[in-house]
Amino acid sequence: MLRYLLHKLALIIPTVFGISLAAFAFVRLLPGDPILALAGERGVSPERYAELIERFGYNRPYVVQYLEYIGRVLTGDFGISLATKRPVLGEFQALFPATLELATIALIIAVLIGIPAGIFAAVKRGSWFDQATMGVALTGYSMPIFWWGLLLIIFFSGYLGWTPVSGRIGLQYFFRPTTGFMLIDSLISGKSGAFRSAASHLILPAIVLATIPLAVIARQTRSAMLEVLGEDYVRTARAKGLAPRRVIGLHAFRNALIPVVTTIGLQVGTLMAGAILTETIFSWPGIGKWMIDAIAKRDYVVVQSGLLIIALIVMAVNLIVDVLYAVINPRIRVQ
Amino acid sequence: MKKKLTFAAALLAASVLGGMANAKQLVYCSEASPAGFDPSPWSGGNDFDASSRTIYSRLVEFEHGKTTIKPGLAESWTVSDDGLEYTFKLRPGVKFQTTDYFTPTRDLNADDVIFSFERQWKKENPWFDYLAGTGWEYFAGMGFPDLLKEIVKVDDLTVKFVLNKPEVAFLPDLGMDFASIVSKEYADQLDKAGTRQQFTQKPIGTGPFQFVDYQVDAVIRYAAWDGYYGGRQKIDDLIFAITTDPAVRAQKLKAGECDIMSYPAPADIAGLQADPNLKVDEQEGLNIGYMAYNTTQAPFDKVEVRKALNMAVNKQAILDAVYQGAGQAAINPIPPTMWSYNKDIKDDPYDPDAAKKMLADAGVTDLSMKIWAMPVSRPYNPNAKRVAELIQADYAKIGVKAEIVSYEWTEYRERGKQKDRDGAFQLGWTGDNGDPDNFLFLLGCDAIGQSNYAIWCNQEFEALLQKGKATTDVAERTKIYEEAQVVFKREAPWLTIAHSKVFMPMNKKVSGFVMDPLGIHRFDGVDVTE
Repeated sequence: MLRYLLHKLALIIPTVFGISLAAFAFVRLLPGDPILALAGERGVSPERYAELIERFGYNRPYVVQYLEYIGRVLTGDFGISLATKRPVLGEFQALFPATLELATIALIIAVLIGIPAGIFAAVKRGSWFDQATMGVALTGYSMPIFWWGLLLIIFFSGYLGWTPVSGRIGLQYFFRPTTGFMLIDSLISGKSGAFRSAASHLILPAIVLATIPLAVIARQTRSAMLEVLGEDYVRTARAKGLAPRRVIGLHAFRNALIPVVTTIGLQVGTLMAGAILTETIFSWPGIGKWMIDAIAKRDYVVVQSGLLIIALIVMAVNLIVDVLYAVINPRIRVQ
Repeated sequence: MKKKLTFAAALLAASVLGGMANAKQLVYCSEASPAGFDPSPWSGGNDFDASSRTIYSRLVEFEHGKTTIKPGLAESWTVSDDGLEYTFKLRPGVKFQTTDYFTPTRDLNADDVIFSFERQWKKENPWFDYLAGTGWEYFAGMGFPDLLKEIVKVDDLTVKFVLNKPEVAFLPDLGMDFASIVSKEYADQLDKAGTRQQFTQKPIGTGPFQFVDYQVDAVIRYAAWDGYYGGRQKIDDLIFAITTDPAVRAQKLKAGECDIMSYPAPADIAGLQADPNLKVDEQEGLNIGYMAYNTTQAPFDKVEVRKALNMAVNKQAILDAVYQGAGQAAINPIPPTMWSYNKDIKDDPYDPDAAKKMLADAGVTDLSMKIWAMPVSRPYNPNAKRVAELIQADYAKIGVKAEIVSYEWTEYRERGKQKDRDGAFQLGWTGDNGDPDNFLFLLGCDAIGQSNYAIWCNQEFEALLQKGKATTDVAERTKIYEEAQVVFKREAPWLTIAHSKVFMPMNKKVSGFVMDPLGIHRFDGVDVTE
């Protein structure tokens, strides 16, 4: 197991360097200029421009800039935002719990609904339930997030008044964050109604963010189950007279779980990407909105370091999934 | 120590919360997060709303809803005959805010005023570079580094600004956000503690509201400052709920999650007006959307060609399609709400046939040109690409082929400044201080390569511009600027497109909110009826 883990870790190191290089290059390939973007419409005098470019070192060769950047990152210094002048890591730490909370709840929704829906669709293959589930899953998968979010807000918040429009908690609740996770902080705060308010603010953004992963998980579960249900050992189990629930739950589902777990792991990337739009619509103060703002402002430091931190997290999650995978199926370790 | 701080924070939170039960609260759905709370380093309207207009005050202030100035932290001033010395008498007893992170030991004095400007001006000032790479763009953009000769402390409550040259707009300039007065005592305290960064994160000013808390990208909380020299505000708590999407802001306003919102999308305005709980205030914006010809390139160096192209454009169609009723056709380079606006000038009539003939008379046939379209939406031009398409279609009617080009926003402006730029360039301007010079300078000879995208240097216009700058008498300046507008219209360096309207939807329980012609959102004097 240790060897397996080391092997996986060894693969991560070059990937991290590759991503850092890609993030560094990506922001510089974008048209636009951080100094001019910061100066706004009023512009900046050519002398001051030259002074600032020199000051930030953007006039030096890219190789020198990259090596200096990576050198600082290796010492844990991710730099200072050009726009807000705050440390990137500090901003990330302040905003990430909001994204993590949203993504976690979205993933829980996607798994809790997606897996049972996929199983039922497979077991009742060809039935109206199967067709309806897969139809809805396809629709969900193809749904433009921005439009979908706005539609839900207009209907549930505007028309029915069931859920708040945006934000993380009602503005009447004011307490300093302890963990950054609003559900936990609202409980700790001891304010009556705070948890309920935080939970109600999570519903719509979590549903919107869960939509695509839910569709993917349901479809993947269905196809994995269909494959397994056709296997000899399932037929044998059935022939032995085992209860259908036991056959599906124990023999079939457990074996179908491997590709499903992989899919769930891969959804972490999808959730991060989806968070960008979801957070923008719901004014959710997370890292998705933060990255969008940074790209718009050509904040080189935030974009390159932010992308790197996000990539590190996604890779860490995938590593955990790989380990989990090896736990579920010991054969993988040997391979 | 840490325990003590936590206790203090808890105490503050408890006091804010404790007061909340009966507190009058105003929630403003704002459009973007502020970069920081120091009023001087940044240049965005949302930065100013969150810092200078809430937390700080200035030597002079714009009257609510107007562009005229009135005494602020300076209760009076005198100007020397040569216009080079401005001596301000400071209001005695002005208190800086007392918070859980700063307790002032003295009132506002001349040291604070000098510090507020010198930190933006003198590179040797230790605060010049306290935020890495701050350009102090507004201070520089308004020409202050060249304008100021020295700032002298006459006594504790008297401060003298000595200028290198007369500047008629100097007083309105001091009413601008970048000229907000900060606390030197607070800066010294942070210097000693080695926590300069806190200056922009935990602000201290003399304005109507004091800072309470900022949750990044989410909520800013302020409380009324009891010691405000202008009197305590009627609302106790002011909250900015940062909501970037205009459609979501509109939904929040309808749902009662906020009381007032900025910048509604044109498509949402009718729905907001129809809501029985809401009212929508509107005002002519102090702005202009225009298209600048490159007057140094043939055939746009000929006045007749520029005039003909202006006459080919159906402005009403643009107003209907792009501004959706929230704008009016622009005739002059300054908006009609500004003093010295010349009402006698008539716009070039929309007349494609005459335009075609004028082009032929000027010897221009088979003209192909570029129309530049901004990639972003701005209050003075919500959709430059659509405007470009409409102009392209109008030009086609007179036989002019136009190609639409656009670039990333900063690159767009940089390319537009190039002297050999090909074609007509869309842009606009929103006023800073309500002075006509703040619009007309865009077309000055000095502004070529910077804000003069027409690359137009007309000696007659330039002479009037300089004369206006050197005259203090308003009636005389009015005449000068009226004449300058006549020259502008005759020479047609721009197609003046539109002045847009600005809308401010709010709950009917909000009273006392006055729309600001400079586009600022200020909440002093606002009340909420429960």
